[in-house]
Amino acid sequence: MNLKGATSSAADGGNDPPAPKRNSKKPKYSRFTQQELPACKPILTPGWVITTFIFIGIIFIPIGLVSLFASERVVEIVDRYDKDCVPLNYSENMLAFIQSNETNKTCTRTLEVPKHMKNPVYVYYQLDNFYQNHRRYVKSRSDKQLRSKESETDTSSCNPEGTTPGGSPIVPCGLIAWSLFNDTYGFSINNQVLEVSKKNIAWKSDQDSKFGSDVFPKNFQNGSLIGGAKLDDKKPLSEQEDLIVWMRTAALPTFRKLYGKIEVDLEAKQVITVVIQNNYNTYSFGGKKKLVLSTTTWIGGKNDFLGIAYLTVGGMCLFFAISFILVYVIKPRPLGDPSFLSWNRNPSGHPN
Amino acid sequence: MKRCVYINDNDLSEDLYCDNRISNRKYTVLNFLPKNLWEQFSRFMNQYFLLIACLQLWPLITPVNPASTWGPLIFIFAVSASKEAWDDYNRYLSDKKANEREVWVVKQGIKRHIKAQDIHVGNIVWLRENDEVPCDLVLLGTSEQQGVCYVETAALDGETDLKTRTIPAACMGIASELLHKIKGVIECPNPDKDIRRFDANLRLFPPFIDNDFCPLTINNTLLQSCYLRNTEWACGVAVYTGNETKLGMSRGIPEPKLTAVDAMIDKLTGAIFLFQIVVVFVLGIAGNVWKNTEARKQWYVQYPDEGPWYELLVIPLRFELLCSIMIPISIKVSLDLVKSLYAKFIDWDVEMYDQETSTPSHAANTAISEDLGQVEYILTDKTGTLTENRMILRRCCINGIFYGNESGDALKDVELLNAVSNNSPDVIRFLTVMAICNTVVPTKSKSGAISYKAQSQDEDALVRAASHLHMTFFNKNANILEINLNGSIIHYELLDTLEFTSDRKRMSVVVKDCQNGKIFLLSKGADEAILPYACSGQQIRTFIEAVEHYAQLGLRTLCLAWRELKEDEYREWSLLFKEANSTLVDREWRLAEVCQRLEHDLEILGVTAIEDRLQDGVPETIETLRKAGINFWMLTGDKQSTAIQIALSCNFISPEPKGQLLLITGKTEDEVSRSLERVLLTMRITTSEPKDVAFVVDGWALEIAIKHHRKAFTDLAILSRTAICCRVTPSQKAQLVEILKSCDYRTLAIGDGGNDVRMIQQADIGVGISGREGLQAARAADYSIGKFKFLKRLILVHGRYSYNRTAFLSQYSFYKSLVICFIQILFSFISGISGTSLFNSVSLMAYNVFYTSIPVLVSVLDKDLNERTVMQHPQILFYCQAGRLLNPSTFAGWFGRSLFHAIVVFIVSIHAYAYEKSEMEEVAMVALSGCIWLQAFVVALETNSFTILQHLAIWGNLAAFYIINFMVSTLPSSGMYTIMFRLCRQPSYWITMFLIVVAGMGPVFALKYFRYTYRSSAINKLQQAERLGGPILSLGNVESQSRTIEKDVAPLSITQSKSRSPVYEPLLSDSASTRRSLGATPFDFFQSSQSRLSSSSYTRNKNN
Repeated sequence: MNLKGATSSAADGGNDPPAPKRNSKKPKYSRFTQQELPACKPILTPGWVITTFIFIGIIFIPIGLVSLFASERVVEIVDRYDKDCVPLNYSENMLAFIQSNETNKTCTRTLEVPKHMKNPVYVYYQLDNFYQNHRRYVKSRSDKQLRSKESETDTSSCNPEGTTPGGSPIVPCGLIAWSLFNDTYGFSINNQVLEVSKKNIAWKSDQDSKFGSDVFPKNFQNGSLIGGAKLDDKKPLSEQEDLIVWMRTAALPTFRKLYGKIEVDLEAKQVITVVIQNNYNTYSFGGKKKLVLSTTTWIGGKNDFLGIAYLTVGGMCLFFAISFILVYVIKPRPLGDPSFLSWNRNPSGHPN
Repeated sequence: MKRCVYINDNDLSEDLYCDNRISNRKYTVLNFLPKNLWEQFSRFMNQYFLLIACLQLWPLITPVNPASTWGPLIFIFAVSASKEAWDDYNRYLSDKKANEREVWVVKQGIKRHIKAQDIHVGNIVWLRENDEVPCDLVLLGTSEQQGVCYVETAALDGETDLKTRTIPAACMGIASELLHKIKGVIECPNPDKDIRRFDANLRLFPPFIDNDFCPLTINNTLLQSCYLRNTEWACGVAVYTGNETKLGMSRGIPEPKLTAVDAMIDKLTGAIFLFQIVVVFVLGIAGNVWKNTEARKQWYVQYPDEGPWYELLVIPLRFELLCSIMIPISIKVSLDLVKSLYAKFIDWDVEMYDQETSTPSHAANTAISEDLGQVEYILTDKTGTLTENRMILRRCCINGIFYGNESGDALKDVELLNAVSNNSPDVIRFLTVMAICNTVVPTKSKSGAISYKAQSQDEDALVRAASHLHMTFFNKNANILEINLNGSIIHYELLDTLEFTSDRKRMSVVVKDCQNGKIFLLSKGADEAILPYACSGQQIRTFIEAVEHYAQLGLRTLCLAWRELKEDEYREWSLLFKEANSTLVDREWRLAEVCQRLEHDLEILGVTAIEDRLQDGVPETIETLRKAGINFWMLTGDKQSTAIQIALSCNFISPEPKGQLLLITGKTEDEVSRSLERVLLTMRITTSEPKDVAFVVDGWALEIAIKHHRKAFTDLAILSRTAICCRVTPSQKAQLVEILKSCDYRTLAIGDGGNDVRMIQQADIGVGISGREGLQAARAADYSIGKFKFLKRLILVHGRYSYNRTAFLSQYSFYKSLVICFIQILFSFISGISGTSLFNSVSLMAYNVFYTSIPVLVSVLDKDLNERTVMQHPQILFYCQAGRLLNPSTFAGWFGRSLFHAIVVFIVSIHAYAYEKSEMEEVAMVALSGCIWLQAFVVALETNSFTILQHLAIWGNLAAFYIINFMVSTLPSSGMYTIMFRLCRQPSYWITMFLIVVAGMGPVFALKYFRYTYRSSAINKLQQAERLGGPILSLGNVESQSRTIEKDVAPLSITQSKSRSPVYEPLLSDSASTRRSLGATPFDFFQSSQSRLSSSSYTRNKNN
């Protein structure tokens, strides 16, 4: 007869001491399991906080000044030519001018160098109000097709510039390539041609790995609707540096793209004559076109933002610091006084 | 609606009713996938993610690779599905074990061994001692002559005492060989879950004589999962089988519990969803307008003039997908992860390990730790939960002589032992009453040790004490009671048992001494139920003093008495008793009256004092938790006076005049209603006073109150911080939990026995004490602990930390998703509202999954305050209870912060990276790293205590971000090829990062400092006090001191107030066990420091 169950009575309960082997159930002690890891518990004392703010303010203001100074050292010539390069008789209808095949798109501009510009001087074109980041636009490319010849037919993402009406793939396909910027600039100083190097204007990594050396343009700009520049069918994509630069889409509607580099110093007061082939249509959407010549420093091109922001934030930190000091002096408040606890004031002991 | 069970008729009932296969399973192999998916998708969040994932399959609108959503989604689903499957498999295994147990069943007239699952209704099942009953049976025969058997019903109702079951009158006297040929019909109701009722009748077919209907009650049944005890065999006919048994009907898979924090997160998710809809709507319209006005002019975009019909929807849907990350998919996974870690911390806690029973704490439900920090009501069982449920006779007073006063243990009192060995007649009589005036059943184990099965722990304590004093009650053979006194065996014949009722407050037995044939009445009971019936000549003053003395020590007192009966007197009375016993109307009352006739002129033998020790640390635990703003209700099956007594001794209620007890009594609806209204009125009046008002209600009145005056009772529940409910059934306990829950309170139920299981399952949090009443409660509970005192640590430490951590983690999860989402939205304003994603798929997915989740996961180690500080200032729990750390307004703060940070990151990156540098991938990477830097500092700012792990996670994560991106930047096929290398070479990148961090964190830091110092919350103040090593420690001492003084000043004017006004019920009614008087020496019988407090107060009062 099984008697095991009977011994489980409520009445047998002597104080039998726990057998030592049962102690194995005891959780193992470790500082992690007991949540007792040594911890550093900083608290926000006025001293620390004020010191931090002063310290940051003191660091920020010099950095701001240095950045501003670096930005100021950059010499930059910006010339907006989109309006001025349209003949007066077309000024009411600039769209017709740019879309017409008959009009003469050549335009001559003169730029004066304000200060000595050390080589290399970068030549950029700047487009305003041009949405290279528009979703329909930015997705309309095929990285695979650009990279290798085998994926030539991979144009599914390129609509509406994927294939010719006949169905053969366009290389390079997509709206981005199709709308390649096609203004050209010719520089000269005192009728001496100023050499603009178009070599090495694209990222090296793009040339090496993103754009195939065996991929040649095909069916490009053959359709009824011509977008932008045409490409040299003989050159592989990896050497079409203008295209590579253009295909690095900009995140902002205002952007500059490298056109070339002038590898001689430009002296102050020199006058540069630029002959512009004004082909690119920004008139339909009111975009601006600018020609930019700029040197660079360690901080990049001319951009005062960082300097000003640093000065502002540094000033803000100092302001915080000073106001905290003032508040601390005017209205001192002892930290950690338990008499401020609500239930210590309220004798009934229930925090309500 | 009846079912007819034909006994032993295999053809008839075979198909009519289900077989005895038990199934607790939720799924089968076939329906698992659809059913589980259906269940998972009934959650709003999952539907949302599925919708997003489906939308992403449409390449026209998706901003990113669909894999970035599908991957995590499938992962999450697979994890929860496999968890469900594992649980269900375990249920299947335990079902299988139960179903395949072998039982003896009569089939075609032959006893056979079959599997339990093959029992059919109408089969006769044979059980042996200690067998578990496989299905609901109607008893037909037992091994006992009287046709009784004993069952243990603990699994059913949690009561551990043995219950007597009798065979129906019709089956009385049928020989055991004939039993399996028995034929007949049982008419019984359709299956229900009422375990107290079985209204059926039985008719046996010829040749068995009784052709009449024989009524059956619950006393004739053996219910599934009970155990047969102390009976060699029993047999019965199956009436309900499988899942149709009483147990099966009341079984149900408990609903998964949802914490308040979860509910709040769901609410906030809903709000974010609405916000998202609004954003999508606005941006969708704006996008379409912009498209029609501006984009058409942009020849390079080549918008066709005529689009498909759904064109208007495309832009809104793109924004929907872009904004879908607003609701972080990772939140569920990270919450599950940290919650299981909270649970592990509970399991690992050595301070919640009970040395005595070597039980560690265990969190069975890993999902509800935060709720522990938000508990508002604790409903506690008494016996075994507050007390140790280990009754021990400590003192006694026999015929005016006090034993055990010096040593505190009567069993070791030399004088008493001497008296026993000297056969002092008073003492022997006293011990005889102790040993046999009860309903205890002794059982002898193989080794010869005797154990007792007792209905009440008091009886058990008395019998065991008698046994210690060499008066061993060792055998109960039907009506013959055998006692071993100092080696000589004495036989008594038990003639009648005058049972205990709560009205009579006493019980008696009539026994016949087998040696001399004398008949005795042995009585024991509460003093007010015994002492007034003392025979006229006896001086009862000493006994009254003894009772007062013991009660004041918190001991449970019983008076023992006896009287010798004349043969005729007994015979006469016996007839009356039998008659009363068989009356159908007012039986209890009649019985009481008849008993009264016998119970008079008693010779008082003495007073026993039994101690039910409070568990270690109970009073402090209750006091601390009450200071934390938690309300306590005591729900006990015990009688009112004991409940009040225990409540007093464990700080549950304060003694008068600080405390006031209001009784709700009544037997009829009217009485209860009046009483309830009075109590409610008093309660309303006294709420303004600083008084601890508690109401006391017993099970009967409660039943009526809940049934007919639910509204009033609910009002009362809201008003009162303390309540004592006595004589309540398990289902009433559950009902009370239900009522509190319906008032939107967070409830925690704690208990140790099977009768607490329903309450534990019903409450928001169920805590089981792995106690002496078995592990049932612990098994059903969400948390099981070894001792009541661990509750303090469970709530104040684990619950509070869990809540704080989850509050931070969940809001942070939203914050980080919102930051990236706001950047996307801001970017859409400069990308022609076309729904371009600034970030690529890899970055977006990695942002949610890696970069931002690891630092926040280590926030599970964060501690805002020391455990010690929390224990000293339990009031701080209020911040958790009231949900101060996670609510719409704190969330609004995080929302604002995310908007601010998004603006900072966005403005800085597009301006610092303008013009020739505005390359998409670079700008995206600058913005992303800006976010990552900010995240690191936000986590750092919100962390209160940095352990090495936190430093590792926060700063290591930042380093990991760069390492991962360097690695991705080396892959020529990725869009980010070389980007990270280019950026890191630029000084302007680092300057930009520095700017983002300071511009983003500066104002947040300043604001936090300001609030911390000048608008500080109690948490901040305690932090400051704790970390500056301030006066916090001394404060605790001062507090406890002042409390002591306060206690001393309060006079303990309890016994004086004997007047009973209808409304004002004095705290202690004049019942024996609760009576306290002044003027005693301090005794440390509570092991706690509370006892020091209370005893010192006694002393002082004495000195007054």
